[in-house]
Amino acid sequence: MDNVRELVRRFILDNFLPGEDASNLTDSTELKESGILDSMSTLKLVTFLESQYQVEFEADDLDAGNLSTVASIAALVTAKQRG
Amino acid sequence: MSAIRSLAGLLDQTAREFPEKVAVTVPGGRSVTYSELSALSDRVRDRLVHRGVRRGDRVGLRLHKSIEAVATIFGALKAGAAYVPVDAESPAARAAYILNDCNVKVVVTERDLEANLVDALGALSASPAMLVLDVAASRPMEELLDALQLSEPAASVASVETGADDIAYILYTSGSTGNPKGVVLTHGNALSFIDWCSETFAPRPDDRFSSHAPFHFDLSILDIYVSLKHGATLVLIGEALGKEPVKLAAAIAAERISVWYSTPSILSLLANYGKLARHDFGSLRMVFFAGEVFPIPQYEALHAMWPRPRYFNLYGPTETNVCTWYEVPPDAPLDRMSTFPIGRICPPNRGSVVNEHGDCVTVGEPGELLVCGPNVMRGYWNLPDHNERAFFTDETGGCWYRTGDIVCEDPEVGYRYVGRRDRMVKRRGYRVELGEIEAALLRNPQVREAAVIALPDAESGVRILAFVACQQEITLTRIALKEYSARALPPYMIPDLFAVVPALPRTSTDKIDYQRLRTVA
Repeated sequence: MDNVRELVRRFILDNFLPGEDASNLTDSTELKESGILDSMSTLKLVTFLESQYQVEFEADDLDAGNLSTVASIAALVTAKQRG
Repeated sequence: MSAIRSLAGLLDQTAREFPEKVAVTVPGGRSVTYSELSALSDRVRDRLVHRGVRRGDRVGLRLHKSIEAVATIFGALKAGAAYVPVDAESPAARAAYILNDCNVKVVVTERDLEANLVDALGALSASPAMLVLDVAASRPMEELLDALQLSEPAASVASVETGADDIAYILYTSGSTGNPKGVVLTHGNALSFIDWCSETFAPRPDDRFSSHAPFHFDLSILDIYVSLKHGATLVLIGEALGKEPVKLAAAIAAERISVWYSTPSILSLLANYGKLARHDFGSLRMVFFAGEVFPIPQYEALHAMWPRPRYFNLYGPTETNVCTWYEVPPDAPLDRMSTFPIGRICPPNRGSVVNEHGDCVTVGEPGELLVCGPNVMRGYWNLPDHNERAFFTDETGGCWYRTGDIVCEDPEVGYRYVGRRDRMVKRRGYRVELGEIEAALLRNPQVREAAVIALPDAESGVRILAFVACQQEITLTRIALKEYSARALPPYMIPDLFAVVPALPRTSTDKIDYQRLRTVA
């Protein structure tokens, strides 16, 4: 779970916030309303997680709330891994 | 030419011809027939007239995509007013600027969008009458009108006759000085384009048109009025569904959409993420795209999944609606390194390519595309300086709109797009003036300097980079800058990347050195 969080955090930092200090992106930083994740960057993140963890996201997974923080994204991935 | 001289006249005619046909439907939601839409928009008209709306006035709408929004548009038109759709997804301050700029008499909005908007209007000392829908209700518009009718009865009035020169709608686009500018379009402008669509695409009453673009985006004009003129059904795709490729693909198949119109960004999204192989898209017969360049590899990915429909590249700034068009040849091999032509001018409009002195260039040379004819807007709302720069009058009195787009003419296929004359870029099909982003960043008191550039991007078309220098003793994080931008700008204008720098590079004349910024980006 912690590893998943770190990987999600690293992906967001590298792709959507290059140059940002990693400590500023906390587990609970709001990602949607803050403009960090828009529809396109969300799809990129989901595609990355699907290939990284061999899981599949369904359309409803992308609804607001499920992917709004590093913690909630990691929790969703972990739940999918447990199947 | 159509004998009908107003957009509301199109609805009247179709409601007589096809009263029981479904006019508008929401996937998984309600539908209305033409007679129901006609009756509902009559009631909206009566209420607007009761609130003081008269011929030539403006009516604002800040509504999510809905049957209520369509009824509001026709209610405003029947009252003789122009409608002004503002983005429900953009900050309330921007919406308030627009509604105040064109001095709307009434605003129709929704409960959850109302409070911020009233505050933002109040900050501008504007207080238009508000009609507020409770979208949680099962029939929001009917219930609002019923309630108002009890407390404040409105008389039933006749629709106001409007002519071709009356303003039909004002669509605001990004403005380089920091504020959006209103493009004023008449019934004649709209009908010229709609009639051209009828002749060129031969829509049918059994067609099902997508309505993907929001109503403040000019793609909506084709969706709403061409569908309605021909007695077809308009399938409303809301903001959330429109961005989720898997659900969107399922909806296109389930709704048996036959005419699709969107930006290439959305088509790429469907091709790459929509899991299109899951569905049967046998109903699709025409796909229109507009607003930006459609990379040919992306087109090929889509075409492999959707081989049946005809594909059309439609080009034109909001100021002319669509003014050139190109049909992708169904079987010809495509040059993946090239881009689709924007094609030939839509008659009866005329096009001309000129150099910086206003002289026509020889065929094949690049120059600015000018457009003259019935599609061309009346002008920008209340911006005489912009109008002076936007139009060029030739020796015969013909009024030409300067598109700002550099094109060259290829006798085989028509015009090819080359680039821009200024700092406007397209992102997801939306016009973005980099100057508007800079102005918004500079409104942040913690920001001392800001410069924004756009770089080409293979996947998304363009990436927007913002360079920001903070006030002394202040360090803004990139997250803070994203958050600020999300509050200050529409979603499609939020920069992709931020660079926080001590100071911006300057030229010898103390102007921001954009060339240097490009080299360090």
